[in-house]
Amino acid sequence: MSRIPQTFDRLRAAQRKALIPFITAGDPDPGGSVALMHALADAGADIIELGVPFSDPMADGPTIQRSSERALDRGVTLRGVLGMVREFRARDAVTPVVLMGYANPIEAMGAGAFVAAAASAGVDGVLVVDEPPEEGGEFIARLRAAGLDAILLLAPTSTEERVRRAAALGSGYIYYVALTGVTGAAGIDLAAVAQRLGRIRENVTLPVVVGFGIRDADSARRAARAADGVVIGSLLIEAMQDAGAGRAVECARGLAAQLREALDRQEDRP
Amino acid sequence: MNSIASTYDLPDGRGHFGPYGGVFVSETLIPALDELREAYAAAQRDAAFRAELDYDLDHYVGRPSPIYHAKRWSERLGGAQIYLKREDLNHTGAHKINNCLGQALLARRMGKRRVIAETGAGQHGVATATVAARYGMECVVYMGSTDIARQSSNVFRMKLLGATVVPVESGSRTLKDALNEAMRDWVTRIADTFYIIGTVAGPHPYPVMVRDFQSVIGRECVRQMPEIAGRQPDCVIACVGGGSNAMGIFYPYLGDPKVELVGVEAAGLGLASGRHAASLLAGRPGVLHGNRSYLLQDTDGQILETHSISAGLDYPGVGPEHAWLKDSGRARYVAVTDDEALSAFHDACRLEGILPALESAHALAYAAKLAASLPRESLLLVNLSGRGDKDMHTVAERSGIAL
Repeated sequence: MSRIPQTFDRLRAAQRKALIPFITAGDPDPGGSVALMHALADAGADIIELGVPFSDPMADGPTIQRSSERALDRGVTLRGVLGMVREFRARDAVTPVVLMGYANPIEAMGAGAFVAAAASAGVDGVLVVDEPPEEGGEFIARLRAAGLDAILLLAPTSTEERVRRAAALGSGYIYYVALTGVTGAAGIDLAAVAQRLGRIRENVTLPVVVGFGIRDADSARRAARAADGVVIGSLLIEAMQDAGAGRAVECARGLAAQLREALDRQEDRP
Repeated sequence: MNSIASTYDLPDGRGHFGPYGGVFVSETLIPALDELREAYAAAQRDAAFRAELDYDLDHYVGRPSPIYHAKRWSERLGGAQIYLKREDLNHTGAHKINNCLGQALLARRMGKRRVIAETGAGQHGVATATVAARYGMECVVYMGSTDIARQSSNVFRMKLLGATVVPVESGSRTLKDALNEAMRDWVTRIADTFYIIGTVAGPHPYPVMVRDFQSVIGRECVRQMPEIAGRQPDCVIACVGGGSNAMGIFYPYLGDPKVELVGVEAAGLGLASGRHAASLLAGRPGVLHGNRSYLLQDTDGQILETHSISAGLDYPGVGPEHAWLKDSGRARYVAVTDDEALSAFHDACRLEGILPALESAHALAYAAKLAASLPRESLLLVNLSGRGDKDMHTVAERSGIAL
């Protein structure tokens, strides 16, 4: 069964916000991804989103595109990603792992085979960026039947009807895309995000986390005020790139700790 | 005969052709696609919209395009009579403008002042830049940097027409990456931007909308063939990359089972070489660019790089309706190699004085093979979808000539 609901129960009880780092599986180094996941969890990550690299990541900005290309160049496959999760689970039975990616690698493996393998590897939730509820009904049902969460997106453009639909079909949490754009874009409008999240929460009882466009600890802290957590992707991947070979884990640990501190500090100053 | 297929009613309301098609995009784009679907449905019901489109198709594009009986070439082949639908005579030199006009008028109707497009060979980019100039819209065209290097004259044409050409440096730096980048632009500027997709792919409603705008080609053929040849053709042949010129000429014939439909894909250096762009013949179903269709992909579902001498066929996917027509058996798909297409290109130049686009030369090459095996009274109708001026550099280079 998914570890996501308990995680949010614990966070709520402690009045804390979820820190959800996103890394591309296999970047910067396929052999180091599991160590990276442990480092993130140790530094205070509540959930880890593990990106499944795809050749044509239509919803991603340049940072995650290049990260995906590097992982593919190093031979990362969906089966390889599931192997990383299995290895991570050998030492961490608590931190939820959500796979995030595009529909085609899953279709190529076969939806049924993928869901069974994901559940057995210890995956908790799956977010398929280019499979909205219209197309994903059967897949969502398969995930739920296997005890996995179907993480759905909402966006600034989502109508109230779509918000209700996502609330009915999704589980685990709702991922709110903070801006109309691609991952890693600049220019998040925190006031608008807070306003939209207020309206979404009228129809959604699931936890709502915010991602896309969070560029530093301060905007993470402010975005988290109106949400149950924040997803940090491009910022983390850029930092690891800048740190250079061999220093990625250390860099990720430092950034996660800094973000953790910023999120927790918010709760001290209501 | 009925000019519109009477028993064929695909896609369904959500854009599915059997298991193909659909709306595989991220949440942010869904409301924009809903808005587009509604605006397109309203435009179709609006006589003024249709009248304006028809007027511009006649007076700006130069429609109807003629059908020409390629007598010398047919005689040389010694079999079936080959007729050419002359889309190469359209303004901007290809069928692409039929669709761009329709979508630009729809953009204007929706109050969008900025249009964007992806382009491979540059023909769709040029057609989009042309209609944007014609209707006073801002135009941005995404083009892979590899394609920019091999299609410099079309890049210059787009700039002359006032468009901004943005080089795409991601992935394989070709058409599929340009499409990714255009989608990223659209999701970023969704409020003021209309994305003019150039082929019968992408998320619903694009495949059906582009088919409808291109089906003016087939509707004219249904009218013209009895006039010029005394009856409808036995077989209609068109090249297939994304598949818009083929859908345009096939669609009005779908309901007439006596008319065989053949789509010709790019076999590049040969299907066995792995260096080709024949998605229907050598691919498997999968999800890319907003729809489910046949894709050239590896066993892990990563999209493969393709090869064709013709940049316009150099795409790893194909429109979902072609996937359906293949599975249902209503259309038949074949592939011809770079060399076969080049040979047909030279034959058309020397025997008919027509310089075809390398894309269209694929259809001509298959028509030549088929014609030779058929009796003289058989009628083949080939969509000559574009002219070859843009391909001078490619053909010269292949012949070892520096221009």
